Formats: sequence, C-alpha cells, structure tokens
Amino acid sequence: MVALTYHAPTTLDEAVSLLSNATLPAKVMSGGTDLIIQMQRMIDSERLIVDVKKIPELTTASLSAEGLTLGPALCCSKFTRRDDIKQRFPGLVEAAYLIGSTQVQGRASIGGNLCNASPAADTIPALIANNAICRIHGAGGERRIAVEKFVTGVGQNCLEEGELLASIEIPAPAVRTKDAYLRFIPRTEMDIAVAGAAVSVTLDEQGTCIAARVAIGAVAPTALLVPAAAEALVGSRLEDGALAKASAAVSEAASPITDRRGTADFRRHVVGVLTKRAAKIAAERAGEGE
Amino acid sequence: MKAHVTTRINQESVEFLCEPSETLLRVLRDNLGMTGTKEGCGSGDCGACSVVLDGELVCSCLVLGVEAQGASIETVEGVAASDELHVIQQKFLEHAALQCGVCTPGLIVATKALLAENPSPTEAEARYYLAGNLCRCTGYDKIIKAVMDSAATMREGA
Amino acid sequence: MSEARAFKHIGQRTIRPDGFDKVTGKANYGADLALPGMIWGAILRSPHAHANIRSINTERAEASSDVLAIATFQDFPSVNDAASAAGTLRKDLIDTAQNILAQDKVLYHGHAVAAVAARTEAAAEAALALIDVDYEVLSPVLSIDAAIAEDAPLLHPQLKTEGLVEPADSPSNIAARMELKKGDIAKGFAEADVIIERSYDTPTVHQGYIEPHATVVNFDHNAPSMIWCPTQGHFDVRARIAQLMNMELGQLKVVASEIGGGFGGKTTVYLEPVALILSKKAGRPVKMVMNREDVFRASGPASASQSTIKLGAKMDGTITAMQATLHYEAGAFKGSPMGPGCMTVFTPYDVEHMYVEGFDVVVNKPKVAAYRAPGAPQSEFAAEMAVNELAAKIGIDPIDLRLKNAAREGTQTIYGPKLKVVGLEACLKAAQQSEHYQSPIADGVGRGLSAGFWFNIGGQSSVIINLNPDGTGSIIEGSPDIGGSRASMQMMAAEVLGIAPGKLNPIVADTEHVAYNQTTGGSRTTFATGMAVIEAAESVVSQLKERAAALWNVTTEQVDFVDGVALNLAGEDSLTLAQICAAAEKTGGQISGTANINARGAGPSFAVHLCDIKVDPETGKTDVVRYTAIQDAGKAIHPSYVEGQFQGGAVQGIGWALNEEYVYNESGVMENAGFLDYRIPLASDLPAIETIIVEVPNSFHPFGVRGVGETGIVPPLAAVGTAVADAIQKPVSSLPCSPPKVLELIMAES
Repeated sequence: MVALTYHAPTTLDEAVSLLSNATLPAKVMSGGTDLIIQMQRMIDSERLIVDVKKIPELTTASLSAEGLTLGPALCCSKFTRRDDIKQRFPGLVEAAYLIGSTQVQGRASIGGNLCNASPAADTIPALIANNAICRIHGAGGERRIAVEKFVTGVGQNCLEEGELLASIEIPAPAVRTKDAYLRFIPRTEMDIAVAGAAVSVTLDEQGTCIAARVAIGAVAPTALLVPAAAEALVGSRLEDGALAKASAAVSEAASPITDRRGTADFRRHVVGVLTKRAAKIAAERAGEGE
Repeated sequence: MKAHVTTRINQESVEFLCEPSETLLRVLRDNLGMTGTKEGCGSGDCGACSVVLDGELVCSCLVLGVEAQGASIETVEGVAASDELHVIQQKFLEHAALQCGVCTPGLIVATKALLAENPSPTEAEARYYLAGNLCRCTGYDKIIKAVMDSAATMREGA
Repeated sequence: MSEARAFKHIGQRTIRPDGFDKVTGKANYGADLALPGMIWGAILRSPHAHANIRSINTERAEASSDVLAIATFQDFPSVNDAASAAGTLRKDLIDTAQNILAQDKVLYHGHAVAAVAARTEAAAEAALALIDVDYEVLSPVLSIDAAIAEDAPLLHPQLKTEGLVEPADSPSNIAARMELKKGDIAKGFAEADVIIERSYDTPTVHQGYIEPHATVVNFDHNAPSMIWCPTQGHFDVRARIAQLMNMELGQLKVVASEIGGGFGGKTTVYLEPVALILSKKAGRPVKMVMNREDVFRASGPASASQSTIKLGAKMDGTITAMQATLHYEAGAFKGSPMGPGCMTVFTPYDVEHMYVEGFDVVVNKPKVAAYRAPGAPQSEFAAEMAVNELAAKIGIDPIDLRLKNAAREGTQTIYGPKLKVVGLEACLKAAQQSEHYQSPIADGVGRGLSAGFWFNIGGQSSVIINLNPDGTGSIIEGSPDIGGSRASMQMMAAEVLGIAPGKLNPIVADTEHVAYNQTTGGSRTTFATGMAVIEAAESVVSQLKERAAALWNVTTEQVDFVDGVALNLAGEDSLTLAQICAAAEKTGGQISGTANINARGAGPSFAVHLCDIKVDPETGKTDVVRYTAIQDAGKAIHPSYVEGQFQGGAVQGIGWALNEEYVYNESGVMENAGFLDYRIPLASDLPAIETIIVEVPNSFHPFGVRGVGETGIVPPLAAVGTAVADAIQKPVSSLPCSPPKVLELIMAES
C-alpha cells in the first residue's frame, strides 16, 4: 500500500491551503470507500490525504425555500435518514440509499460518489435530473458548475489542483415536481449499477407533464442528460406511447460497453426499461402533491 | 512516520501507533490483538469486519486507523457484558444462526446497529439492512429468524 | 437398531458448546494467531494464464535487508531428489508441488511462482517486486471446447489420456476418460416411444468460504514443527506436507484452527508448505494470509462442465434408457470430479439401460478443488433438467415420473453396489404432499423441482473420551468442526453415557493428541466420527459396569447401565456415573474410552427441492419467491444444524444457478475476483428456505445417521433452471441464469 501523509483540517480554507501547498500528489478523502481500495492497489508511491469530514459545513445538509444545500462529505446514512429531504427529492435519496451496503453508507458520501466519477455512480444521474449545481472552492475563490459538466470522463472531474467541492446545491423544484431513480443490478443489493435512470417530472394541475429531466448512468463514460427523452415526456400524460419514445431516446443516447457486469445490448435495452419505469414513479409522486 | 492515535474502543480509552495507510481493521487485529473483528475481503464487500464508528455501522477495512482519533468505536468484543451474552448473541445460538461462525461477529455488530436504529424491523427490512453481511454457510434463514426473535425479545425487555 | 427408539438427547436442539466463543469474537480462526517473533510471507503470482518460465532471478531480493527468506519450487526436497529423477514419485504429488509453487510453467493467472518473508506484511508484499521472472507467454486455453480442439495449445506436453479403449499415443488436454455401463443402451432406446437429447453447461464457480486461506508455521529442528491453519483435515495436511518436504509425520504437528467455511475448498494445501520453507530458512514463525482476490484466482474453484443427456421413455412414463456424455474442467492439473459426476448422474433412477462417458479436461484456470458433493451438481443438473423436459413431453407430473422410476432398495447402481434402504421415494412423496407443491403458482412465476443424490462416505476416525473424577469429561476428536459437529458429538456421547451433553467438552485435537482422522468431507463426520464417539462411549460404559461390579463385588453381567446409572441386578444398589468416577481411584484408576475405526456402511442421501421463481419479463431479473428443501437425513442428531445444512446447500446451489460465475477476459484473467462482482447470494436475495427432514434410518449407524452436508447442493441447479424455464416458457440449458442470458432467451423467437 501507498505511504500516506494524513491531515484532517477543520475549515475549508485550511483544506484548500493544504491542497494548494501540497508537495505530494494530494487526494481529498470523504468517506474513503473508493479511495482506500484504490490506494491499497498502489505500490511504492506517496500521497497526501486531506480528510474533509471534520469540516462542519461539508457534512451538513440544509433544506430551505431556496432548495437543498448539501455538504458533499455527509455520509449516505445520515443523508437518507432525513425525511424532510426524502419528501422533496425522493429519487436522490433512493440513489444515495442504493450505494453499497449499510456499512458502506455509513461512510460513503454523495460528494465522494460525484468526485470519484465512476460511470456507474448512482447519485450522479439523480443529481443531474434535479438540476444540481456544484460550488467549487479554491485558493482563487469560488466557481459554480452544473453537475452534468462536473464529471469530464471515467474517473475524472473538472476540479483543478487546489480546488475542492464545497457544496452541492439543488434549487427548489417547481410545484408538482418529483424525481425517481432506478438502477438495474443482478442481485437485490451490493452490486454496481449495470444501468441507471433518473427522471424528474413536473406536472400541471391536469396531470400533463410540463417539464422533465432525464439522466442515465452506467451506459456511457459519464452519466448523461438526455434532453430527447425529456422532450418525449413533455406534453404527455406519460401514456405508453410517450414512455416508449423516452425509452427509445435513452437507448439511442447510450453508448454502453460490454464488461463483467453486463453486455452492451443488455444495458442499452435495460436503460430504456428503467427510464420508463422511473418516469412513471416520478409522475405518480408529482401527482400526489406535497 | 507512525501516527499516535487516541480513541475509545468499547468505552475504554485506547492509544496506539499506526502507519497512516493502515486500516482500522489492521490496527484492531494486528496492533491491538482484537481479532474478533474478521477480514473476509478487505474491500467492503462482505461485512465480516463490521464495527460501529461514532454511531455509524461501517466496515473497518474501509476506515483508516488514523481516523479513529477522537472517535468512539464499538467492536464485537464489547457486545457481551463480561460473561453474560447480549440477547442477540443468545438468539444466534438458540436459532443455530451460525455454522462456521466467521461471519458471526460482523453480523452480531450489524444486528445490534439495526435494532438500535429500528427496534421493529420487518423481515424484509432486516434482510436489506444485513445485505452487506455475507454468510456462505446458512442461507441466512436462521440468521433472520434470530434477528427477528432478538428484536421481539428486546422490545419486551425495553 | 430400532426405528421407534426413544432418544433423550438425540433430536434435541441444544446450544453448541463452541457457540459462546463464536458469538463473542473469542474463537481463533486461521488469521487470528500471532506468535512472538513472527514474520510475514507473501506470494508472487503469475500475471499470465499460460507461460513458460524461462528464469526466476531472486538476486535482488536476496540482497535486500528487508527480505528474510525466499522460497521457490526448488525448495521442495521431495521433487528434486532421486525419487523424482527416477520417476517413481507419484505424479499427483508433483502436480501438488507445481501448483503450490510453479516449476517451469505457469498454468493460470495468479499461479504462485515464488514467496518471500519479511518483518511486516507490507514489507513482504513490497519485496515481491525484487523477484525477476522471465516468461515466455503462451496462448491460454479457457474452455472445454478450446482445450479439446485439435490444434489446442497443450498445458502438459507429456499428458496422455488415461482410460481410452486404445491407449493414447499422442498428448492431449484430456487427462482421463471414464465409461460406466448398465444393460444395453441401444436396446433401451429401441424400446422407447419418446427420445430427447439435450446439451447443458455450467460455469466455473467458487466455494466462496468467507475466511481466506491463512497459516502460521513455526519450523523447529528439535521438536515437531507447528502448522496452524484452517483446514477440513489437519491429518491430511500433515501427510501432504510430509510427502512434499521429505519429513516424517512425527516431525510435524498440525493444529486445526477454527475454520471459516470450506465446502471442500479447504481439503487442500497452498500456503502451508511455503510458510514451512520460509520459516525453516528464516528461523522465525511465519504467517501467510491470502487476500480475497488470491482466493478467487488461486484456490479451488469447482469445475465448469458440458453435458449431453439422452433419455428414452415409454408413454406410460417408464424410462427405458439414460445416456450421458460429461466433460469437466480440471483446471491447470488433472483431477476434476468427473468420476463422481459420472457415478451420480443417474443414481436417482432405477432404469435398466444406462451408459455414461466422462472426460477430465485441463484448462488454464486454477486447479479445481472439491466443492460440496464434488461433480454431482454439474451432472445431475443436466440429468434432472432433461427428466423434467421428458415429463412435460409425456404429459406426466414430474414427481409421478420420478416415483415411477425411483431408485429404491435393491436398485443396481451404475457404479457397482446395489442400494440398501434409501429415502428417495419418501422425499418425493413428502414433496408431493408439501404445502408448497400443492399451492397455486402465481402469475409471472415459474416452478421447478429436482431430485439429487450423493453417496456419503465413512472412513477412519479416532476418538478418546476421558472422564474426570467428578463425572464430567472431554471428547477428544480429530474432525474439524465446520458447522456444529461438536454439538452432535456431545449429544451422541451423552446419549450413550446417559448424562447431560453439557457435562462433556468436545475438543478438536491437533495431530499429536489423537490418532488419525480422515478429512472432514463426504458428509462423513456425524456418521463416521459419530460412530467412533459412540464406540468410545460404549467402551466407557463397559468400564463403568466393570467398576461398579468391582465396587459391589458382583460379576459384570450382573450390572446394567441405564440413563447414566449402574444398577446391581443382584441387589438394590445403584451408582451414578459420577459416583463410579469418584471411586475410580479404588477400582483401578481413571476411566477413558477410545475408538479407532474405519467406518463402513455410509448411507446414501437423496433430496428433492422445490423452487418458485419470478422473472421480470423486461429485464430478465430473477427473484426466488419460495423454496423448499426436502432431504433424507437418516436420523437428525441436531435438527437445527441438519436444517442449516439443507438451507446452506440450497442457497449455494441457488447462487450457482442464478448469478455466480468466473468471468475471464481473452488473456485468461478473471475479471470478477472479488465479492463485489462474484455475486454470491445476499440475505435480501432470498426468501425463507423451508425444510422438511425425512428420516429413513441408515441401518449401519447405531442411531441411523446418513450424513447431510452435501446432497443439498445437488438439486437446486435444476430446480432453479426449471423454474426459470417455466416462468419464461423457454428451455434453459446454460447456467448461470443471469439477467442478460435470461433476457436473451425471453427475446428469442420461439
């Protein structure tokens, strides 16, 4: 295993200072559920670990009229216990709940899931469907970027050296808006997503879809926002025809690979099935009101 | 350079030295001789090394030893009171919920965490909560029966 | 023996004597021992699936101050001495040595090549980079088809097929062929109204024990060297190491740690001889622990298989002919369980004409190890799938079809003996009458059933029972307790001695403290070691009677012993076991009984499993919604642990059928070597596993025991496969029924 220098700063500025002045390759550690395994595979190298879990603002989530401000290092267990958040963003909470086992959720965080940038990350499609914005803190100040632009490739994100994900911000959804996230795995738990789909739907009073966002995971190098699928839903009452169009749109947008977890054809097919089902669930939730 | 860590394990103050790269699991087993916590995979996929860290159930193979600084840790060694078994341990024995027994410490710790969080789980809730604790011997049937019986007994005693 | 015999302890659900330590974390497993001065060993493994080793250069490692010892194949004295040169050394011993540390060829990705010892585990792992190995990479052979192709690369250029009608003249990847016959197969098919022929395949799977292989070894020049390891058979570990290291058995002491699962996979040696070499060289105790990845890449998987089954039957359901061609992957060295696969494939059937041909095929995968009823799940999966299809074709209930053709007392097996009293019909009837089988099948759900058979074995066991002056005692046995057997031994001894089981402490002794015991396997322990316990206890009883007779000054014939109390038939006197023990000093010293037996008469065990599975028609995802395991235990000593064996076997079989498989890339690298992607069943994947214990006693065991460990993994493969086929209304022929494969079947044109 790699030789480590470990720091656990208590303020954001301290963390940024450690990262900016690092003489070793630096890694930000949140839950560590991916990072510790990655480090065990490294031989003869050194790393600076900046553990950000002691920074209070990075491990809190606050819900207000403006929306949700999520500390990226808050562990999934604490996040999924928040009934207030679950009521507003049930799909995002479901996605967080699906990450690994109970034990992994006691450590893993949404920010870590996002920064680790696995194509199969469960929370990324759900964040995209919810219009999430990443607030990035660096020595030079702050910047904001849409979550779908944050991840730039397999295991890669847009953070520059010395920068840190400071919060994930989700604007308050319009009335009669709800989300849902579904993934496909062979077992009931523990597996990495073979395909995932998150859908956010806004209905009018008559139950017609007036806005939607559809995002898919594990079927391309990064999670994808699929506007064509959203367009298929808008204006419909999520009848079979509209769902079939949305389903076809995500299958079209997908560029999956064949690996130990599933074949490309299977993923392309299943992501369509998941999108259809998630859209239905989201619409049902939106129709039920607050 | 080794780090000096002060922590609490099973309500006792403990100090140890460890490399920052060492996992909490290694520290418990190799540095502190607390081998009740088992290693089945080293990658967070089997739950044999389950401990409670500051109130959260975690895999100790996915925690660095240095993270224990100032924390409170509960391991299987702290579940029974001296020589009196915890209800969960007693129920695991009564229901024959272990065969080889190597997953058992992790399951006992996880079950205790489950029932602290949810004293009245449905069978499905128990099965999903414990999905990260692999058992290859029992087919889980008797484990789940022991968990449900533990819950019922603990509710009566509460 | 009497079937109506009333037992006092047998059949109760006692608390296991080792339970307290196992629920509190006090029990010590393979990796839990640390010795003063202990150092760590690590293994360098092959990055190639198939390659010649041009050279292994250890110079840089030797020069490192971190490295305390190095081991390579050249350190096995046995395979480098005159016997080896003269070709008289057993080939399987050379195979074992070459599997533990490669000689001039690596035969699978992860094959051990060399080892080092250093002060810490991290230092040992880091030092592996100091060993330079020059490989000539060869094409890997990764399937039966690839291995038997005419131009296939050869794993072993000297290997010729054994068992051919005409002796083989050229080398091959087929190590052995076996043929079993009964009746006249051509006549059997000529008599048939219906003939079906189908081919099936099953994947490479792993036993999946949660505890990785581990060992602590302390070489000693002046006393037996100590080997601590989790094993199903420490006496056989001792024998293997003695052979490999040219040592006498008395120079070795093997201590069985608690064992965290084995299922056949811990009947082997991998780390132990290497640690012994390193310990001898370094003069320090050495600890070695496999990580999970190594366990998958380099320890015993179970054979992948290909089977073709041909069945003939009359329209009334009489099966007239059963024929099978079975191929088993052995992994890198010969020795798949093809033999037992051939022997078991049709044993549930009393059919006049049978023909079975089997092949043992080497491939560039780890050498297979035993896995619960080795060989039987693969072949019986194929046979039972075909029988279910035959039932559907004839239009007869699959249980009725089996009852019409069921093996029973007097049935001539294809492998030799006639069956004694067996419980197959009882299991089939119990299945037929079960609430599960009678219940309606919900929409979208399929139902499957399968029978299953395993021989069970007896063999050598040795037991000592020592009584203390206060009437407590110990049972010293040599069968590692892999799932509660200490409790059974305690109960059987208590039954004979007429005392509470808790008065007796069962101890799994090391190889120095009790005579030889065959490895825990073949479902033999409760049967054979149980017989030794009973015999030792009976010896104790006869001594107790002698001692009581001496105290009363009567003959032994005038003493009866009932429920722990000696009765003077010549008078009114009685003495409890504890009272006789207390007076032992006066009657000739303390009391102990021993038994050293080679148990014969193991009772075959049959099972029938029922399975309901729901399939998501849009994704191919499966969900086991109900499962029942019915099996003949002969006599259930501890019903909870018997049920546990049924349930555990069922769930391993469900995993095999649904999601478990080794996934290899083209280079022969396993891509899912971890519990994340090698998907064993989880608590949330399963319903309650219902059990029905059938008891048709085995007349060769004093209490009727047959052995229950293995049969339970045989039926699930076809029960699940048939349930999936029923749910999707398409034939299933390939395991696992993973979602992509099931979806492909669903989408395929009928």
